[in-house]
Amino acid sequence: MPLKHQREYRDPHLSRQLIQAIKHTHVRPVKLMEVCGTHTMSIFRHGIRDVLPETIHLLSGPGCPVCVTAQPEIDAFIAYARVEDTIVTTFGDLIRVPGTESSLQKENAAGRDVRIVYSAFDALKIAQANPDKRVVFLGVGFETTAPTIAAAILAACEMKVPNFLVACAHKTVPAALEALMTIEQVQISGFLLPGHVSVILGRQAYQPFFDRYQVPSVVAGFEPTDILEAVRRLVDQIEKGQPQLDNAYIRAVSEEGNPKARAVMDTVFEPVDAVFRGIGLIPGSGLRIRPAFAAHDAAIQIPVKVPVSKEPAGCACGDILTGAKTPPECRLFRRACTPENPIGPCMVSSEGTCAAYYRFHPQTTTR
Amino acid sequence: MTSEFISLDHGSGGKIAHRLTADLLLPLFDNPILSDMHDGAVLALNDHTRVAFSTDTFTVTPLFFPGGDIGELAVNGTINDVAMCGATPLFISLALIIEEGFPMADLTRILQSIQQAATRAGVQVVTGDTKVVPKGAADGLFINTSGIGLIPENVTIGSTGARPGDKIILSGTMADHGMTILTQREGLSFDHAIQSDSAPLNQMVAKILAASGKVHVLRDPTRGGVGTTLNEIAESSRAGIILQESRLPVREAVAGVCELLGFDPLYVANEGKLLAFVAAEDAEKVLAAIQSDPFGREACVIGDVTAEHPGQVVLETLIGGRRIVDMLTGEQLPRIC
Repeated sequence: MPLKHQREYRDPHLSRQLIQAIKHTHVRPVKLMEVCGTHTMSIFRHGIRDVLPETIHLLSGPGCPVCVTAQPEIDAFIAYARVEDTIVTTFGDLIRVPGTESSLQKENAAGRDVRIVYSAFDALKIAQANPDKRVVFLGVGFETTAPTIAAAILAACEMKVPNFLVACAHKTVPAALEALMTIEQVQISGFLLPGHVSVILGRQAYQPFFDRYQVPSVVAGFEPTDILEAVRRLVDQIEKGQPQLDNAYIRAVSEEGNPKARAVMDTVFEPVDAVFRGIGLIPGSGLRIRPAFAAHDAAIQIPVKVPVSKEPAGCACGDILTGAKTPPECRLFRRACTPENPIGPCMVSSEGTCAAYYRFHPQTTTR
Repeated sequence: MTSEFISLDHGSGGKIAHRLTADLLLPLFDNPILSDMHDGAVLALNDHTRVAFSTDTFTVTPLFFPGGDIGELAVNGTINDVAMCGATPLFISLALIIEEGFPMADLTRILQSIQQAATRAGVQVVTGDTKVVPKGAADGLFINTSGIGLIPENVTIGSTGARPGDKIILSGTMADHGMTILTQREGLSFDHAIQSDSAPLNQMVAKILAASGKVHVLRDPTRGGVGTTLNEIAESSRAGIILQESRLPVREAVAGVCELLGFDPLYVANEGKLLAFVAAEDAEKVLAAIQSDPFGREACVIGDVTAEHPGQVVLETLIGGRRIVDMLTGEQLPRIC
């Protein structure tokens, strides 16, 4: 978004109008789930729950990539860091996530080479500069990040950088949505669909999901007026009893998305069954590196022994990721589990629901 | 906290850094002066003479950045800490830790910058030390400075003095220094250049104290930013703070970079700004005094002290919601999706 528009999408006057419109239409209590972690943070940061009627419940879903990464994957990342002559490169949030025995941050403090990067291409540069070491980039994220990581693998092939490896733990959003609909204790009246992911996938990617479940769904942007407008449309659909697959983020999301980015992603990755923390195994919900690119697949090039992975005892991250529980309902929240000493990933990640509650929510209510 | 090794979080100026100080340092060196936990120590030499004493170490990378360099920063940082005690900074020390192989031309340039910054602030460098360590044992150049200053007889400024009803004044825009360093380090360039706000604040403090006797707290929100500093003040004063998001000053380019990289300007470091807590009746006078200083032209009132929610900082958002502004935990983490 051009920087000068930032204030426009936070305009107090326009926001008030949208809030009034929602209050005017809204009658039935509803549970709306925002699937993306960036939505969660924006909702808290701008105090959006505070301005909506109490009968509109916003639930946070499994949209924080760090949070849904399964414990065995985290343990494998830590194991890579312990392999000699290996540099592990990662997006920042991952380094504090506790694994079964350690964390990347602890490994780094103990002398292993773990580096935070902003892009897979930074990792590729590190690989070029350190030809005698293996550089493992930790590929975590949804369809938003997967294409750039695929592009980095293609670049590594082209530029012949054999020591650039990717540990691929990508997840895909539409499959996760379907899984959420099958969880009994989670009754969702409507979905705020993720903006960034939809830039790549396009509105049409959710059509099969929508056709099957007929649940109100609106693609939403991340500014306060974006989110309020999407909530307004969802409430409208629910009150009229006319579910739709709508797009309230047309300045960024098209019908087809970004076919070029998807092509790059499809060239390098293929669908695989994946385990989401909290949900379990979801068929076809992950991505793995195709055999043609096995030379850059850390899982193949660096066999590591992973301890028997254990979820942290008492941690409710799994239930929180599906909206079955809110953070204050977890007995560790604010007591044993804080951002300084996080026990579950939802407290670590800058997009985690627990971190959002902890940082921004004045009381530990269950709203 | 349970941690076997020191991590970068321990130096962030946030909660984890506080824990280190509280758990490891305070119990060993406990005394009434230290336990004040202000930017500097206030020492009563006799019934009439009080001095403020502070020390700071500078490890910034890159050494040269838009709006300043490590030398200027080392002078300003320490005299600002002394000034926040209500003191007039007079003398500073200068200790250099230099890595073998460091370019002489860079050292000369940094020393000249130190000399200019000291002259501008009206302080003298009166003692110092130089150490050279083998290549790899330090990263280029680290600087430590300590400073002392005299506190006028009628002045009492502490970090525990915020009172309900006080107005909170911020002397200018947030996050300029931190985002400048970050964009330099990451090699990011933007249409609108941003630069560090590194500046001496001692003359601004003198103007503030001349304008009003009802200034209760002065702090410079460096590491951890305005958000963390306000939390410290709320906690130590046992008072609540309410901020208006619409009043928080951030340069448009800085706001854009923060948004892009996932940083909240409330937690990004400043090196030439202060927060003043003033009794409401004197707020206009103090605001005018700050605005009359070359480094305070964009000063504004950003919030109020309240008897409600003691120890907490609450932000009224642009759209009319309320949320907590918590203390920074560790190093800020970039977003990944």
